[in-house]
Amino acid sequence: MTTTALRHSIWILRGNPLTGVAAAGVLSLIFTAIFGPWIVPYDPIASNVSQALLPPSAEHLAGTDQLGRDVFSRLIVAARLDLAIAVSAVSLSFVLGAVVGSFCGYAGGRLDRTVGRFVDVMMAFPLFVLAMAMVAALGNRVENIIIATAVINLPFYIRFARAEVNVRRNLGWVEAARSSGESHISVVLRFLLPNILPAMAVQMSLNLGWAILNAAGLSFIGLGVKPPTPEWGIMVAEGARFISTGRWWLVAFPGLALMLAVLCFNLLGDGMRDILDPRMRT
Amino acid sequence: MTQPLLKIDNLHVTFSTRRGLVEAVRGVTLAVEPGEMLGLVGESGSGKSVTGFATTRLLDAAGRVTAGEILFRGQDVTKLSGDDLRHLHGAAMSMIFQNPRSALNPIRAVGQQIADAILTHKRISKQAAHAEALELLRAVQIRDPERRMAAYPHELSGGMCQRVMIAIAISCNPALLIADEPTTGLDVTTQKVVMDLLATIAAARGMATILITHDLGLAARYCRRIVVMERGRLVEEAAPTTLFNHPRHPYTKRLVAASPTAHSRIEDLVTEEERGPYVEIVRKPKPPQAPGTPPLLVVQKLAKRFDQGAAAVADFSMTMAAGESVGLVGESGSGKSTTSRMICRLIDPSEGDIVFDGQSIGHVPSRDFHRSPFRKDIQMVFQDPNESLNPRFTAHDCIAHPLKRLVGLREGDALRQRVEECAQRVGLPLDLLPRFPHQLSGGQKARVGIARAIAARPRLLVLDEPTAALDVSVQAVVLQLLDRLRREDNLALLFVSHDLNVVRMLCERTIVLRNGIIVEEGNSRALFDDPKTDYTRELVEAIPHIEIETRLAAAAL
Repeated sequence: MTTTALRHSIWILRGNPLTGVAAAGVLSLIFTAIFGPWIVPYDPIASNVSQALLPPSAEHLAGTDQLGRDVFSRLIVAARLDLAIAVSAVSLSFVLGAVVGSFCGYAGGRLDRTVGRFVDVMMAFPLFVLAMAMVAALGNRVENIIIATAVINLPFYIRFARAEVNVRRNLGWVEAARSSGESHISVVLRFLLPNILPAMAVQMSLNLGWAILNAAGLSFIGLGVKPPTPEWGIMVAEGARFISTGRWWLVAFPGLALMLAVLCFNLLGDGMRDILDPRMRT
Repeated sequence: MTQPLLKIDNLHVTFSTRRGLVEAVRGVTLAVEPGEMLGLVGESGSGKSVTGFATTRLLDAAGRVTAGEILFRGQDVTKLSGDDLRHLHGAAMSMIFQNPRSALNPIRAVGQQIADAILTHKRISKQAAHAEALELLRAVQIRDPERRMAAYPHELSGGMCQRVMIAIAISCNPALLIADEPTTGLDVTTQKVVMDLLATIAAARGMATILITHDLGLAARYCRRIVVMERGRLVEEAAPTTLFNHPRHPYTKRLVAASPTAHSRIEDLVTEEERGPYVEIVRKPKPPQAPGTPPLLVVQKLAKRFDQGAAAVADFSMTMAAGESVGLVGESGSGKSTTSRMICRLIDPSEGDIVFDGQSIGHVPSRDFHRSPFRKDIQMVFQDPNESLNPRFTAHDCIAHPLKRLVGLREGDALRQRVEECAQRVGLPLDLLPRFPHQLSGGQKARVGIARAIAARPRLLVLDEPTAALDVSVQAVVLQLLDRLRREDNLALLFVSHDLNVVRMLCERTIVLRNGIIVEEGNSRALFDDPKTDYTRELVEAIPHIEIETRLAAAAL
């Protein structure tokens, strides 16, 4: 099975080499997130006013900021926090959304209608405003950014899991599981959930990029991680003041990092969809 | 002899897949005369549909004609392009597809769709096209055509949709119609009506037709010449009578043997060489029932209503003895699937009771039935083998699952032995056990499904159209297998099907269901030979048999 899966993946990658590039990008992002603090050339927090606002050079690849901190080092170290927020928020909404959505899709009826309307109401809200309000109310802490990001992602996971389970609930193998002595609950948890996981994984990958943007966005408007912690959103926010004086590198590099991270996750999601789509298999 | 309308000469079609090139059609040569209906028969993967698609130039991007030519009125179709190709589609030849509902545009009224087809090829006003569309609906015998013009596909039944498809196909009076499994998925009675209509229209308008089908009986009823294909090759071409009485090619012999007729028995379904030890099992008399044994299953006044709608099943009662086989037949929507699921305790009846082995199980909620001691005694084989196996389970896991849950076996040698024993009983090669469903063929999946159902040694097996998705030769083997299991294990079979031929062979008694009500029941042979009600008679007469008396519907007109 693993060899055929591998061969299948290679076949897909040959038709869509961008997926390979995206996977490499995501892997290097994970690498920097784990080893960032050890590979950076400068201390990301120590200020050195004599070196302030230097343009990119061989010494400072992405220049320095108003306090003389190396922007490149800050970018590398920030990857861990941004990725940690995104991954924990997405995992949280995935677990909750998959379970709630699966049960709704399987049971149908009143439960499905109630949860469905609740989800509709949530989606009718401007989601970013909802996240802002939650962080403002709960307090300006990393856990609360994670919770807020998870909550605004939840409706998509519920809907997705619901739809995926709904098309499968009347298939023969689901009924067969019941006639083999499984209860409704174990049919959902042990039979339907594993089957929708591949499709959900695609959704997660697409969603990770969005979650990174969201966390950065919260920090940008000051509701989130506090300075001097290196974080892409704050770096953009702080650098924005210097654009008018031509210090573009303060904004451009964190912006580029955000864009690349989001792009890689999205491309990987698209590629995974091709790899996992059963119709692409023989 | 005049020039044939269509002449296919040494056609080769190749598909490029990741495993390299696959030849779907390898050297097909055939000719269609004007006004003739030719049957193109073969099992799945024989290349019959690909031949049809190549003729209309509708092959998908991966397929390519690599050799040979397709001459339509002397012109090579494979070399057409642009305007000539557009004229070819619809005006010169047109196609009728297998699933009419998905071939029609769901958001456009059917009258509009017919008018669209006319306007593509004729320069006439919209009103004229509309009037012509109405005329066509009348021609395909749709009742109340004025009102139906504005109907959307989802408002029409499957048979109606196929009539609309026929109307679109004939709208520009093509010289050649290619019908690809036009009635697969329709009820037998609807099938007969649609095919009669197609034959009449083709004969009246002088259109040649290629009928692509897996059903030899259907081809025999409507075609004067049948071409049999196997794995991309044309193996035999003959008139139906010759084909059935003296098939020459070994594949045709197998196919003819496997196609049930009005008189065939289960043991007839394979050729003599393949029959082997099965005959002895069939000949063995049934062990007599000890007098006073209570029936295995008693169903009393069962009814089911979904939400507040009309009853799907009303007042259904039956009894079954151990080792008995009962057929439950009816058209789609007759409530046979609902009934079988209630008996299997997968859904709850609204009224009535089910007594199994002397104990009432109808009042145990289906939600809790998985804990009932009778769970392992009532098992089910599901309709489509492609959808009845968990994609994430290997064949071994599928068969082992009920053994773990219902028999309490743990992972280990004992479990493996039981699974292998089940696989052997259904004729599944043991080296297939580690495979996943998508690595198995349809017939192999069907066997896994049956092995899973018999794994816990049930006493009642409910079968929901277990052979509907299978090729006839595979169906023959599966039917023999079921019959053997019944005789060897004294297993009771409740066989739900719309295929009356199969029910007549497999079941001692038959129950005919219509709109959730039993219309007739009795000994299968008697019921089919001498039906008491009009409905049953209609059902029986609609079955296309490969009877030797060639009653050509088109010729009779």
